[in-house]
Amino acid sequence: MITVKHLYKSFKSHEVLNDINCTIHDGEVIVIIGPSGSGKSTLLRCLNLLETPTRGSIIIDEQDITNQKVNIDQVREKMGMVFQQFNLFPHKTVIKNICHAPIRVKKMKRGDAEQLGMDLLSKVGLRDKKDVYPITLSGGQQQRIAIARALAMQPTAMLFDEPTSALDPEMVSEVLAVIKDLAKEGMTMVIVTHEMGFAKEVGDRILFMDGGQIVEENTPEELFHHPQHARTQNFLSKILH
Amino acid sequence: MRRSKIKVVRWISIAYVEFIRGTPLLAQVYLVYVGLPMLTQLNIPDFTTGAIALTIHASAYISETMRSGIEAVPYGQSEAARSLGMNSRRTMLDIILPQAFKNILPALGNQFIGNIKDSSLVSVIGIAELMYETTTVRGTTALGLEPIIVCSLIYLVLTLTLTRLLTFIERRLKSSDHR
Repeated sequence: MITVKHLYKSFKSHEVLNDINCTIHDGEVIVIIGPSGSGKSTLLRCLNLLETPTRGSIIIDEQDITNQKVNIDQVREKMGMVFQQFNLFPHKTVIKNICHAPIRVKKMKRGDAEQLGMDLLSKVGLRDKKDVYPITLSGGQQQRIAIARALAMQPTAMLFDEPTSALDPEMVSEVLAVIKDLAKEGMTMVIVTHEMGFAKEVGDRILFMDGGQIVEENTPEELFHHPQHARTQNFLSKILH
Repeated sequence: MRRSKIKVVRWISIAYVEFIRGTPLLAQVYLVYVGLPMLTQLNIPDFTTGAIALTIHASAYISETMRSGIEAVPYGQSEAARSLGMNSRRTMLDIILPQAFKNILPALGNQFIGNIKDSSLVSVIGIAELMYETTTVRGTTALGLEPIIVCSLIYLVLTLTLTRLLTFIERRLKSSDHR
């Protein structure tokens, strides 16, 4: 379980997150939506400390990860992250992209890691791409590899930062399909996305953010069909046609 | 070091690089030749003095080349590595440096070729390197042009060999660039 309490983040004088409070239960899929600059990505990046919060606490399984004494590398091992820009390692083949961290960080045996890597490649439907370099792959394929790479660390939760925003439209569905499968398996996930249909389908709970605050949170049905706040209504009216 | 989080370390490295880049190599060679024995009170062989001067000179340039190479690797690479639980050292060694090295190889090649040619300057402190010998040969044989041509050809052979080698390495490292 992840609990965020009174989280603030500012870049210089610009306040990006302003008193964020939320709880993510095990096995839950949280989708964060909201306009650009509302702090969605920053909140997500705070959850594995790619951004250091200015104030407040993030408690993961009773451990406050904002505490200086916490070994952040160990926290990140259990928290997979998928980026908008994929960020595959261009100098490594697909299988090495996936196996590198399990071998080097978790000290997994090479054979075991490769077995796990192949299983994950099957899962994302790219078994035959094992030995190619990332540059030869389409955006959708690269993102599926990036998901497999994050899963190879066998995380307890996954963070997705606009995973389909850099993709050509016809490749969006293949990536979303992989994420939906993960949701069915009960993976705890926090997803920042602009794909509203997907948010509605996969999310257990939707958080609507604006101006660095969580304006409204509810089940997909309630939030999309009966938004309570004016700002949510305004946002949804602009994107749902 | 210039990328260090510690201010003093950063200042020292900036001062060092700026000094070396801003003064002629010839002056630096003399500075080491005259200054080093005075500072250390040791009798340092000429060859070592020359080598030290060239090393100090080249390392300032190479450090800048490496810095640019490291900074040219997209920030997302380091974020991706860290998010997989790799610590900063592991990230630098396994993810950033291999990509940075590939970025800077052409510049590094230029640097090495420059180093070979710069080494001719240490003849001024009496080290019997190629340029020094050329002058000797010119003096003893009274030939004007020929020794210089021979000398230049030898330099050319040295640099061309190096260029070939670098091209070979570059091509091998490019294997991940092809579609």
